[in-house]
Amino acid sequence: MRAERDLAPPPTTGILPLALEGAGYAVGGKALLSGITLRIEAGRRLIVMGANGAGKSLFLRLCHGLIDPTQGRRRWASGEARAEAQAMVFQRPVLLRRSVAANLDYPLALKGLSRAARREAVARTLDRFGLMPLAERPARLLSGGEQQRLALARAWAMRPQVLFLDEPSSALDPSATRIIEAMVEQFSEEGITIVMTTHNLGQARRLGQDLAFLHRGRLIEHRSAADFFAGPEAPEARAFLAGDLIW
Amino acid sequence: MTHARRYILFTASTLAIVAGLPATAQEFITVASTTSTENSGLFGHILPVFQAETGIEVRVVAQGTGQALETGRRGDADVVFVHARAQEEAFVADGYGVQRFDVMYNDFVIVGPGDDPAGLRGAADAAAAMAAIAGAGASFASRGDDSGTHVAEKTLWAAAGIEPAGAWYLSTGSGMGATLNTAAQVPAYALTDRGTWLSFQNRGPLEIVFEGDPVLFNPYGIILVNPERHPHVKAEQGQAFIDWIVSDAGQAAIASFTVGGEQLFFPSAE
Amino acid sequence: MNGPFATAFSLIASGDPALMLIIGLSLRVTLTAVLIACVVGLPLGAALALARFPGRGAVIVVFNALMGLPPVVAGLVVYLMLSRSGPLGSLALLFTPTAMIIAQTLLILPIVISLTRSVVEDLWAEYREQLRSLGASRLRAVPTLLWDGRVSLLTGVLAGFGRASAEVGAVLIVGGNIAGHTRTMTTAITLETNRGNLGLAVALGIILLTLTLTLNAAAWGAGQWARGRLG
Repeated sequence: MRAERDLAPPPTTGILPLALEGAGYAVGGKALLSGITLRIEAGRRLIVMGANGAGKSLFLRLCHGLIDPTQGRRRWASGEARAEAQAMVFQRPVLLRRSVAANLDYPLALKGLSRAARREAVARTLDRFGLMPLAERPARLLSGGEQQRLALARAWAMRPQVLFLDEPSSALDPSATRIIEAMVEQFSEEGITIVMTTHNLGQARRLGQDLAFLHRGRLIEHRSAADFFAGPEAPEARAFLAGDLIW
Repeated sequence: MTHARRYILFTASTLAIVAGLPATAQEFITVASTTSTENSGLFGHILPVFQAETGIEVRVVAQGTGQALETGRRGDADVVFVHARAQEEAFVADGYGVQRFDVMYNDFVIVGPGDDPAGLRGAADAAAAMAAIAGAGASFASRGDDSGTHVAEKTLWAAAGIEPAGAWYLSTGSGMGATLNTAAQVPAYALTDRGTWLSFQNRGPLEIVFEGDPVLFNPYGIILVNPERHPHVKAEQGQAFIDWIVSDAGQAAIASFTVGGEQLFFPSAE
Repeated sequence: MNGPFATAFSLIASGDPALMLIIGLSLRVTLTAVLIACVVGLPLGAALALARFPGRGAVIVVFNALMGLPPVVAGLVVYLMLSRSGPLGSLALLFTPTAMIIAQTLLILPIVISLTRSVVEDLWAEYREQLRSLGASRLRAVPTLLWDGRVSLLTGVLAGFGRASAEVGAVLIVGGNIAGHTRTMTTAITLETNRGNLGLAVALGIILLTLTLTLNAAAWGAGQWARGRLG
């Protein structure tokens, strides 16, 4: 018998900071990520940058737990390799063939919330993000921007401590992008840790507090965003900022 | 209850409901008989009489003679009612049946294209007729399925001293109706029981070109499947059916069955 | 072909009781078989799509091949099982509609399993990461994927229905074509053909095709409505 729960409060123990210790990921003998050591601190916005194929997306998935390191370790604050209270948003929103409200309901039902609690949480989420008028609309019929808004709202409704975003606005037009960025900032103000990849330098400057730069699967730089943009140390990073193609 | 458990419960109850769909409470027996008998329409005529008298429903499974006897051997029927004397006697001798009773006979006729290219109309007897067909190389459609009709046909060829083979001999491997359909198409000669012929609609150019030779008589026998072999057999009701069909009432019902004014089957019970 | 159409129409209009019985039995047998095949085959197909185990490829190939299982062979196998001389003879199911349902379920099941596996496999490729991120295990993802792919899965179900309603080999062997008891549309058509009543046989065929067409049209309409409502 599942205990009836109200809108699930976040676990009293924080899961952050997340520590990667010499983490690597290899497939078929080929190392796609290697020797990554860093800590992701709570309450910060970390932007992950790099050229195409640098391993940004893999890095995100490694942190989130969609893949496990084949080398080294991943540890949350609890000392375990896996943690709940996370959420992830992908470049293209993956929504179920059901209404907007039903899409918000789905992860809450997975967590075992009672029907009443879910109804309340869904209503609160719809209201918070201005999705009420769309509540009964089939999610797949929304515009790209609206769908991504929904994906973010869904992630928020899960009350994550850390939210991973994989180029969330690269497929959107500028006005939709602004909306997404505003949402990310709001989440950050609520205390949700943000880890986000982007290839949009402007976005990185706007949103980044910390910045990690990857190149060919290795972590080249990890500093505050301000320091990074003021003067990157690594040559690859400098070339990247200059707009030169590097792989 | 978890989703999975709820689902399994739903599945199990669905299956239980379906599998438990009622066999009717009414009494019934299963009779394995031949397609030719079923096709003639005889059962539709006589079985209601039996059911009215005894309240026992008779379910007829119509198959080829060989298959019907196999059904009896397997115990999947209570009574066997076919027209292949030698095989019926072997059935009883092997212990699968209790006793064989004569019920009725009809006769076989040879049908063929109206212009009769092989000249059967003047034949002296059945053997001569078959010889004429083979001699002329005229197309002949055979059932080729070890049915009672097929067995009778093979006996006729043997009597004429002929091994039928060649492009003119079409072994269809199917029932009487299907074989006649083929014969009407080609057109070809064929051996058929009169009963099937009289109710057959798709004659095309075919007509009866030879009949009457006593060797063409086709006797039917009825046998109760041996309850010692298969204890579940409904011996009492099965025997009631046999008793009825050889009685005056049953024999009269058989005799009263006509198609287009003609009687198809002739009672022969002792 | 005016005769058979007129015959078909007058048969239906007159509400001929024997015909109604035959139609009723055909629908009951086939629809029940479809229901059972779905209840068993949809989750099984989805599980097969998601699971990874040695020999998985062989299992998939076998089910794909079984889609072409000859009905008469399926009928023969069920007959040998249910015959009094067979292992399940004591159930006394031979020559009953239940036996026909079993045989047709065997024919439909591979179709449902194979097509479900194909649809769910594609959906899983699309949804996998997001579902895992949301907290759904593989097992928990099964009903989600089945519901999400419901319109495509319906096509598989209709294919199964079509196969079963069209076949005669299986129901003839295990049912026995007993008048008033196990006679279906297809076995009745066979009977009338063998009797040489070709006009009647064609008329029955027209009725059967009309039934199938109506059912498919209804399913199509439902699919379109669902698409409009839920994307």
